[in-house]
Amino acid sequence: MSCEIDIAGLVKRFGGNAVLNGIDLCLKPGERVAIIGPSGTGKSTLLRCLNFLDPPDEGRITIGDLSVDAARASRADMLALRRRTGFVFQNYALFANKTARENIMEGLITVRNWPKPKAEERAREILQQIGLGDRGDSYPSALSGGQQQRVGIGRAMALDAELMLFDEPTSALDPEWVGEVLDLIRRIADGRQTMLIVTHEMQFAREIADRIVFMEGGRIVEQGPPAQIFGNARDERTRAFLRRVG
Amino acid sequence: MRPLDIAYMWDLVPVIAGYIPLTLFMALVSMVAALVLAALLAIVRVLKIPVLDRVVAVFISFFRGTPLLVQLFLFYYGLPQMLTFLTNIDGVTAAIFGLTMHFSAYMAESIRGAILGVDRSQWEAAQSIGMTQGQLLRRIVLPQAARTAAPTLVNYFIDMIKGTSLAFTLGVTEMMGAAQKEAAGSFLYLEAFLVVALFYWAIVEILSVGQRRMERHLGKAVAR
Ligand SMILES: Nc1ncnc2c1ncn2[C@@H]1O[C@H](COP(=O)(O)OP(=O)(O)O)[C@@H](O)[C@H]1O
Ligand SMILES: [Mg+2]
Repeated sequence: MSCEIDIAGLVKRFGGNAVLNGIDLCLKPGERVAIIGPSGTGKSTLLRCLNFLDPPDEGRITIGDLSVDAARASRADMLALRRRTGFVFQNYALFANKTARENIMEGLITVRNWPKPKAEERAREILQQIGLGDRGDSYPSALSGGQQQRVGIGRAMALDAELMLFDEPTSALDPEWVGEVLDLIRRIADGRQTMLIVTHEMQFAREIADRIVFMEGGRIVEQGPPAQIFGNARDERTRAFLRRVG
Repeated sequence: MRPLDIAYMWDLVPVIAGYIPLTLFMALVSMVAALVLAALLAIVRVLKIPVLDRVVAVFISFFRGTPLLVQLFLFYYGLPQMLTFLTNIDGVTAAIFGLTMHFSAYMAESIRGAILGVDRSQWEAAQSIGMTQGQLLRRIVLPQAARTAAPTLVNYFIDMIKGTSLAFTLGVTEMMGAAQKEAAGSFLYLEAFLVVALFYWAIVEILSVGQRRMERHLGKAVAR
């Protein structure tokens, strides 16, 4: 089966320091891939490069019929890539001056130029899906961490992106809210949304992912189906990491 | 010691009051212009736009580093010597121009601070959904920065109202200029300047009440 998302030779340097040393990754349509690995190995940077929050230095990113050469990416390429990738932040990063509903509508109105009633209708559907049908008028500061992250996910869902990127979506949450956020992501995964999720929740990764990618030192060390990585990893570094995180 | 000539002061009230509109006009026009200019200056600084950033830094430094009175004299008496089309510039225009430049420099710094106070992750979130720099500034960052900066900006407006009194040195008859003329005729300097002082005080007090209301309102809005 062909790649819907093809990442080839992705390199990212921060001031001469290579943080990504040539990442190659192919995602099939509807594939759910979890990225695990020690902290500081470039997992966030990889997701951020795909969304051009950190512009990559080298490599090619292909999403469907859009193919961008990192070294020669124009502003239009960057915006096009962003429209095809939804990003969920560790710290939610909701717009503080907008209600939950407005957070979800914002991209539809400003980026996709939808008329307001249509955007409102879509936001209403999404609020239902994320279990916040009655909290649309609440500002982020009035929501719990779990509710805020669900709005963060709703905002990314509104883009109808080909690829959803989750950067440790439950790491900033109090333990009591982790479950509801994982449940929501599980439902999105069940809908066969193509996704890349960086997570420390190993059990969760094992349940929802079609494939586990283990990264260390800005490289993909090993990847395979969950059963193989968690039960029978080939690389000693993978086994050492999994022993550490238990 | 002679007593204050209360009757004279009372007669002055309507005279000085007649110049309130001009004073407020200069302050309001300067404020609106300074706000727009300050927002632009702040954005140039925050985005670190090459070259412009350096120019703006010098602009801000100059207008904060020299007295308002000197700036007004520069614009009104100085510049027309070089730029002859300015020869017929009137005092009100020169005062508005000077007040705008001077206060935009201060306000730019407050606005810049307020912009930087908006959590960086909100910029990234806006970028991540494909918003352009202009959209994210206009819809996400500036509204939040405005909230933070509002109380300080009202303080600058108050300073600006008081600053309009310097326009009388450019030959403008506004509140201060009118008081000066009256005093020159009657020799009752204390009375005349006391009346004009009370006028400024009253205007600023009224504004301060508005400012406290606004702060309470903003406080509530932020706490929600
Ligand atoms: N904006 C940046 N400037 C400089 N170094 C950075 C920046 N962002 C990340 N890094 C560095 O890149 C490395 C990988 O970071 P990151 O992608 O956040 O790792 P992970 O998400 O796997 O924990 C770290 O060493 C980090 O210090
Ligand atoms: Mg990270």
